Amino acid sequence: MTQPVTFWLNDQPIETDAPDGLLVLDYLRRQRLLTGTKEGCKEGDCGACSILLGDLNDGRVVYTPVTSCLVPVGELHGRHLVSIEGLNLPSGLNPVQQAMVDRCGSQCGFCTPGFIVSMCWYMLGSPDHKPTLQGFQRAFSGNLCRCTGYASINRASLDLVDRFSEGGDLHHVWTADDRVAALCDAGLLPTYFTSIADHLATIAPLDEEPMDRLEEADFFVAGGTDLYVQKGEHLPRTTVKILNRHPEMKGIDRLDDDGIFRVGALTTFEEFGHHPDIQAIIPRIQDYLFLIASLPLRIRATLSGNIINASPIGDMTALLLAMDSTLVFDNGDRRRPVPMKRFFKGYKIFDKEPDELMTEIHFPIPEPGTKIHFEKVSKRKCLDIATVNSAASLRADEQGVLRHVSLTLGGVAAIPLYLKETSEFLLGQPLTTDVVLDALRIAQGEISPISDVRGSADYKRLLAHQLLCAHFTEHFSHRVSPEALLAS
Amino acid sequence: MASDKTKHYDAELHTRGLSHYVDDVAPPAGMLHAAVFGSPVANGTLRGIDISEALKAPGVVRILTADDIPGENQIGAVLPDEPLFASDEVHFQGHPIALVIAETYEDARHALTLIKTDIDEKPAVVDPRVAHQNGDILGTPRTFALGDVDSAFADCDLILEGRADVAGQEHLYLETQRARAVPTEGDRLRVFSSTQSPYAVQKAAARVLGLPNHKVEVDVIRLGGGFGGKEDQATCWACMAALATHLLRRPVQLVLHRLDDLKMTGKRHPYTADYKIGLTRDGKILAYSVRHYQNAGAKTDLSLAVLERTLFHSTNSYFIPNVRAYAASCRTNLPPNTAFRGFGGPQGMFAIESAIAHAADELGLSREEIQRKNLLQEGEFFPYGQRAEHARAVPTWDKADELYDLDAWRARVDAFNAENTAHKKGLAAMPVCFGISFTATFLNQASALLHVYTDGSVSLSTGGVEMGQGINSKLIGIAARALSVSESRIKVETTNTTRVANMSPSAASATTDLNGSATVLAAEELLDRFRTLIARELSAQDPENITFENERVYYRGKPTDWTWEKVVSQAYLSRISLTSQAFFATPNIWFDKSREEGRPFAYHVYGTAFLEVTLDVLRGIYEIDTVRLVHDLGRPINRLVDLGQVEGGLAQGLGWMTLEELAFGDDGRLLSHALSTYKAPDGDFLPDDIEVHFLEDENPVGPYGSKAVGEPPLMYGIGVYFAIRDAMQATAGDAPLPFDAPLTPEKVLLQLHHRRVARIWEAPREAAAAGE
Repeated sequence: MTQPVTFWLNDQPIETDAPDGLLVLDYLRRQRLLTGTKEGCKEGDCGACSILLGDLNDGRVVYTPVTSCLVPVGELHGRHLVSIEGLNLPSGLNPVQQAMVDRCGSQCGFCTPGFIVSMCWYMLGSPDHKPTLQGFQRAFSGNLCRCTGYASINRASLDLVDRFSEGGDLHHVWTADDRVAALCDAGLLPTYFTSIADHLATIAPLDEEPMDRLEEADFFVAGGTDLYVQKGEHLPRTTVKILNRHPEMKGIDRLDDDGIFRVGALTTFEEFGHHPDIQAIIPRIQDYLFLIASLPLRIRATLSGNIINASPIGDMTALLLAMDSTLVFDNGDRRRPVPMKRFFKGYKIFDKEPDELMTEIHFPIPEPGTKIHFEKVSKRKCLDIATVNSAASLRADEQGVLRHVSLTLGGVAAIPLYLKETSEFLLGQPLTTDVVLDALRIAQGEISPISDVRGSADYKRLLAHQLLCAHFTEHFSHRVSPEALLAS
Repeated sequence: MASDKTKHYDAELHTRGLSHYVDDVAPPAGMLHAAVFGSPVANGTLRGIDISEALKAPGVVRILTADDIPGENQIGAVLPDEPLFASDEVHFQGHPIALVIAETYEDARHALTLIKTDIDEKPAVVDPRVAHQNGDILGTPRTFALGDVDSAFADCDLILEGRADVAGQEHLYLETQRARAVPTEGDRLRVFSSTQSPYAVQKAAARVLGLPNHKVEVDVIRLGGGFGGKEDQATCWACMAALATHLLRRPVQLVLHRLDDLKMTGKRHPYTADYKIGLTRDGKILAYSVRHYQNAGAKTDLSLAVLERTLFHSTNSYFIPNVRAYAASCRTNLPPNTAFRGFGGPQGMFAIESAIAHAADELGLSREEIQRKNLLQEGEFFPYGQRAEHARAVPTWDKADELYDLDAWRARVDAFNAENTAHKKGLAAMPVCFGISFTATFLNQASALLHVYTDGSVSLSTGGVEMGQGINSKLIGIAARALSVSESRIKVETTNTTRVANMSPSAASATTDLNGSATVLAAEELLDRFRTLIARELSAQDPENITFENERVYYRGKPTDWTWEKVVSQAYLSRISLTSQAFFATPNIWFDKSREEGRPFAYHVYGTAFLEVTLDVLRGIYEIDTVRLVHDLGRPINRLVDLGQVEGGLAQGLGWMTLEELAFGDDGRLLSHALSTYKAPDGDFLPDDIEVHFLEDENPVGPYGSKAVGEPPLMYGIGVYFAIRDAMQATAGDAPLPFDAPLTPEKVLLQLHHRRVARIWEAPREAAAAGE
């Protein structure tokens, strides 16, 4: 007999036999009649359904903001689910609500609960040492508002920055050792928050079968950020396997003896970007991730999911491909490594057996001096699917001769494309404008973009050219002339 | 008791998630759910529909088609060309054909996948010029004229002709279309609809059901955004829910899935225009001729009214002595395009602004020089015969120039561009002039119903629908001021057809003007009754000297012991009605369509924006750096709400001109059919650096001197198109720069590097040749 999923919903303990695959959004609105959480798009693009999920960690509850339209009920076990209603004080407004009312950061109100949840997350859970406007903006970067133009929401954020900064009336709350407790003490969050850690500690973990005895399921759900967009209405009618119940599939290890990074397949974009060892080799990873996805999606989206989705335009895919990653598949009996450069066979066709799961991603530790760079152009700069993306891993010696070259392009072929000929051509060449121009010509022969809603084939060819240029102008502007490349 | 500390009264509910939209109200027992089956193709003959499999699906209660309609299968509000369900022909992708009613939303959605149709697909028309050529025109083309354009061209130093194209725009109200119908006694029903036009829903539902209007009650709490998209197009879904409820006598709710909402509903009209502009050497515009081809979509909807407003705004803020503006509404196989903030005005303005940019290029002048030189002055005429009164085109421009120094700004931009090649800055000015009133004069009417309860609290009902624009907050401010009571005493009720009959839609920026003015009249009638009462009690012969201030009665300027509560209580005990109802009709407006002239607008709203962008020449992407604007506000009733309207309208205009790209295939299918492919501005896209300055003076015809504010600010956004174009012109290339909005990163890059596009194709061609 299966155990019920057990969790806390705001200030209430819940045991539910709702299907594992049911979306938390539908569960909240239809089964619990908690209608403050709104459905705007059901694909993680608007943030109207934002909620907080709390996880017990070292005796404290750590909260993350996610969109409830992409999270299955099966993932709630042992967690604290906070909807907008759970952030309401018995009377009056919490500081975020008050600032948004004062500044009229709400017009039609439909997006508002989502903004409040995201901003409350920043207030109670952000790791920032000092509150900033940019911090609030990044916290609500996944929330769309069609009424305000965001200016009033920015003003509300600035009010909050003032209150929580040095000299502000709530500065002591921000700097408190336990900010959630401090907020509760100050009467700014409902007091039930302080007892949640104890409650969660009493919930026994689910008896999950080990990964090498995976039973058949219709779907394996990891982050769900694409699966639920494609099949959201279908999943509650199927059996799903919740992969996030397997924390052993997460984690990033730098194995110096083997000369590789070993990354768990379920590692999320956010975990990847926050890891100091990753930041050491990709200094601008946080900037790239800001372009790639909103915080609630980065918290959900997994590296393996991005790869296995096999979209020719996967952003992390382009990056991991340029980093010469190897994917490790496991069917319970046997581990099988597949170099990523040979993984993709055709549009959404790839080298994976039906009984295999991707469990790890390996890539070599880059040699010192290697520049790993990512470029992406989409209609909207942030949080949009790329028209073309490109990643590069480049290293030149002191004489300016390229000693390592790995270039990828997305959105220009049926698969995420490693530019084999271009990369091989450049290897051993001196970095000059002419050499780069020759390489760009070769690259045009490797790509075969088609016209679609994201752009015409001409545009994609042109973008491929421009973005490949950008790798060199961004990192080697002393050897190649940006002006000459622009004028070429 | 208007205070400076104004607020948006709904925000306290919104921020706590306690506001009720249609489907947030706890479902009544036995409520069913409906889902709409729409045509998979954009044009064709519907030979048959097979619902047999769908009927067997779990939870399905019934499937309705045109045959099930007891009344008339027709919801067209202006022209009767819009059946509720298609029965013989389908004219756009998503054209509703059937309605599944099931026990749950999921069951209803699932059953949709089992419905089969037999449709003879025909070629779709998506280009309004093709439709125009085919003579497929809705209504009659219209022409506005002023002066003698043909002979004026002879006097011009420069005559230019060109084409300006502007795409549509998805409303993207965060709350999709929805309605819930509940049976009441007998054959009556109550419909909760997310509509800007409760009366339109009432009329159409009654027509479809074959009932008199009074049997259909429509109630609107609030909308999760409308922007025009729920003015006419909320009707269809409400009628479907009403039909199902009428036939099944059970509550039925219909909530459109986002993908269906995107696919099935109309949007802002795309336009394509041919212009001809004639100027003197120093940039004075002498003649302007324009032909607008409106892409109406498949049904009339509000297209003819939208078309009319395009003509009303075809010269924007400028006085041009000789004008001929033609516009035709062209029928295509897109979903019926509809109202969207600006209502045709922005499209008219885009064409004249394009013509001015074209002229600036040729004359070697800056755009802003030509713009400033031709601004409309007091007493000059619009091309529809109305004289400019209280004209603010020049004052708003000059105030903006005084505050933000356009010449110095231009010099900074030039200096930046001289020093940078990888990035270029662009600058543009955008003046706006927008007429206020429904151009269908008869719609300029409203009524208000005021109840005062014996505890002194006040209930106010009007025809104004709250959709985020803050009408409730403004009405609270107006009622409190009119009654001289605290705002906390006023509650604005839902918008309901049983309390306010025959209401006009909440649209045309006029909702506060109309309903607010009616509210003032209702309050004054009540106070008159109170004066009579108090005069009697005070034995005063001069009731006109009894005044109300701050919840207290004054007689001959001196306070009395009569408080608001005492007045109310005494009125009740004296059997004086504590309810008043008043009616307002905007005076002194008219329009004669046979001569295409009149005084259609009570007044105009003006403003001027300056916008700066930075272009990334390598990647073809751009950032909006700064918007500074001066807006003609009148005396604000609620400054906070008005600021939100200005900033929000601007944001929508900026999005329309840049990244919001509606893509349709040649077969009429919507390609940008999800929020993953249709991108609206996010917080990062919009500049943090926006400054709004209000030019405040008394508007003699608005309630308490106020001016309408909903639509005009959207058109400031048009300026961003020309700012990006300005930056593109600062690059070394010879980009062709056609006038074709939105100016997406794709268009920018392809235009900037148009020579390279041909060249980069050489490599693959050579490779292919080598391989042969």
